[in-house]
Amino acid sequence: MLEIKNLHVKLEEEDKQILKGVTLSIGAGEVHAIMGPNGSGKSTLSYVLSGRDGYTVTEGSATLDGADLLAMDPEVRAAQGLFLAFQYPVEIPGVGNMTFLRTALNAQRKTRGEPEISAGDFLKLVREKAKSLKIDAEMLKRPVNVGFSGGEKKRNEILQMAMLEPKMCILDETDSGLDVDAMKLVSEGVNALRSAGRSFLVITHYQRLLDHIKPDVVHIMAAGRIIKTGGPELALEVENNGYADLLAEVK
Amino acid sequence: MGAVSVKAEALMQRLAGLAHPSGLRAARAAAMARLSAMGLPSKRDEYWQYTDPAALNASVALPAALAVDDDAALFGGLDAVRLVFVDGVFDAAASDDLALTGVSISRLANAPDGHWAETAYGTLEALGQSPIARPWAAMNTAYATDGLLIHVTGQAKKPLSITYLRRDQSADAILHHVIKLETGAELTLLEQGPAAARVNHVIEVDLSASARFHHIRAQGRDMGRRAVTHIFAHLAGEALFKSFTLTADGALTRNEAVITFAGPDAKAHIAGAAMGDGAFHHDDTVFITHAAERCESRQVFKKVLKHGAVGVFQGKILVKKGAQKTDGYQISQALLLDDDSQFLAKPELEIYADDVKCSHGSTSGAIDDTSLFYLRSRGVPLRAAQSLLILAFLADTIAEIEDEAIAEDIRAGLETWLARHES
Repeated sequence: MLEIKNLHVKLEEEDKQILKGVTLSIGAGEVHAIMGPNGSGKSTLSYVLSGRDGYTVTEGSATLDGADLLAMDPEVRAAQGLFLAFQYPVEIPGVGNMTFLRTALNAQRKTRGEPEISAGDFLKLVREKAKSLKIDAEMLKRPVNVGFSGGEKKRNEILQMAMLEPKMCILDETDSGLDVDAMKLVSEGVNALRSAGRSFLVITHYQRLLDHIKPDVVHIMAAGRIIKTGGPELALEVENNGYADLLAEVK
Repeated sequence: MGAVSVKAEALMQRLAGLAHPSGLRAARAAAMARLSAMGLPSKRDEYWQYTDPAALNASVALPAALAVDDDAALFGGLDAVRLVFVDGVFDAAASDDLALTGVSISRLANAPDGHWAETAYGTLEALGQSPIARPWAAMNTAYATDGLLIHVTGQAKKPLSITYLRRDQSADAILHHVIKLETGAELTLLEQGPAAARVNHVIEVDLSASARFHHIRAQGRDMGRRAVTHIFAHLAGEALFKSFTLTADGALTRNEAVITFAGPDAKAHIAGAAMGDGAFHHDDTVFITHAAERCESRQVFKKVLKHGAVGVFQGKILVKKGAQKTDGYQISQALLLDDDSQFLAKPELEIYADDVKCSHGSTSGAIDDTSLFYLRSRGVPLRAAQSLLILAFLADTIAEIEDEAIAEDIRAGLETWLARHES
């Protein structure tokens, strides 16, 4: 599904190398987690994959089902099935949440050459998906993320994911700012979307999210590289011992 | 040559060849006397510091090419009384029968002696000349050749929808409407179209107690057209005045609004959305006088500017002594789509009462990159994402339109403009 090979990335504005050769392969239906200390390049990886401005790829490649991701505009990546759940979902005053969801869904369908969804079908779909995430009609009417609590914003991200049905989902610190109940709700939302054709890359600082969203593979990232890859037990090791031992191991 | 003689000189040039229209003679003579004392503005006037009146002062109107693309007219789906002007002249054949409208409407061009408007015509304009002179409005009262005199006693059953068509490349029009709403009366006035290559347009709105007036205007496109407009509104107690203007394109637009609260508990909201691409100069100048207690005024002006377009906002709230519990709000914002565009704002508050709530804000900035990326990351293409964010920026102004069907028409007009100006 997602193949990242020897990816080197620097900041566009300053000569600072953030990613120094990331290699990662995620198969269809797999859930991978990336853990790592602050500043290791986790969020940069998610932004580069989704096409945010401000980064320059100096070496390496990233493909989604064989197609060169890095050559595509962000909207094309989305239409091809890539989705990033933001660490800090953006507030957009003046754009209704429903308008946003419908515009996004129809734009993706149009890019893929599919017909637009009818107003009735859309309403039905959004109500059904919103219900399972405990998102009420009031939240759907409000402008995108404006006045939403931290938990509401993250639930709204998962709602978008559920509506857009991407095949490759990247979750950037989706657990940050969530209390225990909200984390459970968000995780259930994610788990409901797990399927044989859909893969996940879960970026997190903490092992606790991985209690809810169980990964197949865990990677440890530090200083712009993946320094260790293992099973779910690797996350537990980090939880118990911190990153210090792992960092020492590779030095 | 002193400043006064320069202004008098400019006035003489501008008036050369203009005929004095007949009818409403006393009001026109009084306006002429005001105008002669003022002369025409020059760029040296503080009030015209940001907008050069030269093209308005010129003795003949510069030609303005007629737009070729055929946009659907706005407000087409509304059940309204249709009134049509062509190059500034009322077209009776193209308009609904004035006798059937349920409100009293007559043409300025043939107002008979003894018409009710004799005591109204030019009255609010004259009041609006202090403390700041507005020569174009005085000239309008003196020389207006056409317009409508509208008197409403109850609730108008349908909105009045005026369309100003252009046929002539260089028509120079002077239009003046007088609108009088009696106690508790209600009227919605819709205006659309470019009117003329150059237009001087005045509306006087006299609102008796509890009267309600809704005004929605779409100033027409046509890149080369020039306009100076004034709305003078006078509100008695508990009256409501709401005015929204959409301006898309035009070489020069100066929209002035002069609003006075004369009775308590009245409300006036004035909003404007302007979009300019290239040779576009748009000036909103507002003067609101709170002379009564517990009135609420709200000014919401937003401009979207690209390719060197210029936006101006001059907004003043004057709270007179004794106008306690005044609630005054003013916001002016510009979205600059490139580095060549410019927004000039001069917000002013002058307050002589001690128990009031007044606030103002003014900002200019670019489209937010983070919002743009968020939309694109969800699959919305760049241009569509930009348009969505521009519409979101303008949403506060459209929110001032109470009728949802009218607001939807305005939104559609905005979208058409955005689609045409994507690059």
